Amino acid sequence: MVTNATSFSRSGLSDWIIQRFSAVILAAYTLFILAVLGATPELDYESWRAVFSNNPVRLFSIISLFALCGHTWVGMWTVGTDYLTGRQLGGNGTFIRLIYQSFCVLLIAVYLLWGIQIFWGS
Amino acid sequence: MILERVIDTVLVSIYRYNPEVDTKPSMQEYEVDLPEGKDLMVLDVLALVKEQDASVAYRRSCREGVCGSDGMNINGTNGLACITPLSAVGGPANKLVLRPLPGLPVIRDLVVDMAIFYQQFEKVRPYMINDAPAPAIERLQTPEDRAKLDGLYECILCACCSTNCPSFWWNPDKFIGPAGLLQAYRFLADSRDTATEERLSDLDDPFSVFRCRGIMNCVAVCPKGLNPTRAIGHIRSMLISQGT
Ligand code: SF4
Ligand code: SF4
Ligand code: FES
Repeated sequence: MVTNATSFSRSGLSDWIIQRFSAVILAAYTLFILAVLGATPELDYESWRAVFSNNPVRLFSIISLFALCGHTWVGMWTVGTDYLTGRQLGGNGTFIRLIYQSFCVLLIAVYLLWGIQIFWGS
Repeated sequence: MILERVIDTVLVSIYRYNPEVDTKPSMQEYEVDLPEGKDLMVLDVLALVKEQDASVAYRRSCREGVCGSDGMNINGTNGLACITPLSAVGGPANKLVLRPLPGLPVIRDLVVDMAIFYQQFEKVRPYMINDAPAPAIERLQTPEDRAKLDGLYECILCACCSTNCPSFWWNPDKFIGPAGLLQAYRFLADSRDTATEERLSDLDDPFSVFRCRGIMNCVAVCPKGLNPTRAIGHIRSMLISQGT
């Protein structure tokens, strides 16, 4: 058992499931958006707004936003622990990775809150 | 029609590094005359090089693909020198580039330090665990259960696969790697082993198994034709059914 404090789930299995599950949600959401675009040839601000003032659409969007954030975190964490390590970068590796991980967490949190505000406020 | 490569000499370029005297590794070239009409193995060519320069270091023992000691990087591909004929080596016909297995510390020339590879092997407890009193003769297994071990027990621990795996390059201390995981599954799949649950919970972290990205570099080079990626998939399925 390899332990790592910055993996929030501490379990490779949950990370793996989050990654697959969120990918399915994101794929479904992508198809949905494409369908909306296909069904609305004259896309203008009003019709776009109408789509997102529908509560199920808002909910789906917010769920997809959570999926995107979870997916991003697992992915970025994995990339960081592959390449930004003491083994790759020398003595400062762990420190550099912590900065990178904090930056990722912050950015993801900002996008998440901002996104919720946009969808809910629209 | 089989196109035979007609070559009488081969230019062998060998990775040389002796940490006691060299500050950094370098490639050294040797021209080797080949006996006519024979498709030599890479290991035979190395023996001819050694006649010219006795200081070239490499490991070998069985010279027939069973001991796993002469894994090396041959024209960019990991393999066993003793069972890789010159005709099967990729790249230009009259050039042979030999490097140590990638990703492991070099002890000297083509000899690598396999300690970390063996540590990962040790971690999976590659032995039968069964505390039930042993029967008088042996623990029996049905032919079907025995068949589940085919494609797993044949591994000779040559490390060609793990040293070809990017995930193992980046985290050789955390990711068990294809060779170790193949053996992990060999004991998970054994009907006589009773430690399945413990074995699985030891593997459920983000590194040991889940660093495998499924790119099958391991499968591509295994000289015994084994498929670690499939075994890793089986472990993952077992973890999923145990953990959910
Ligand atoms: S399939 Fe997995 S174990 Fe095999 S080389 Fe790729 S990452 Fe490594
Ligand atoms: S799985 Fe194949 S390549 Fe890997 S150590 Fe075993 S025999 Fe060698
Ligand atoms: S020398 Fe034993 S496997 Fe090649």
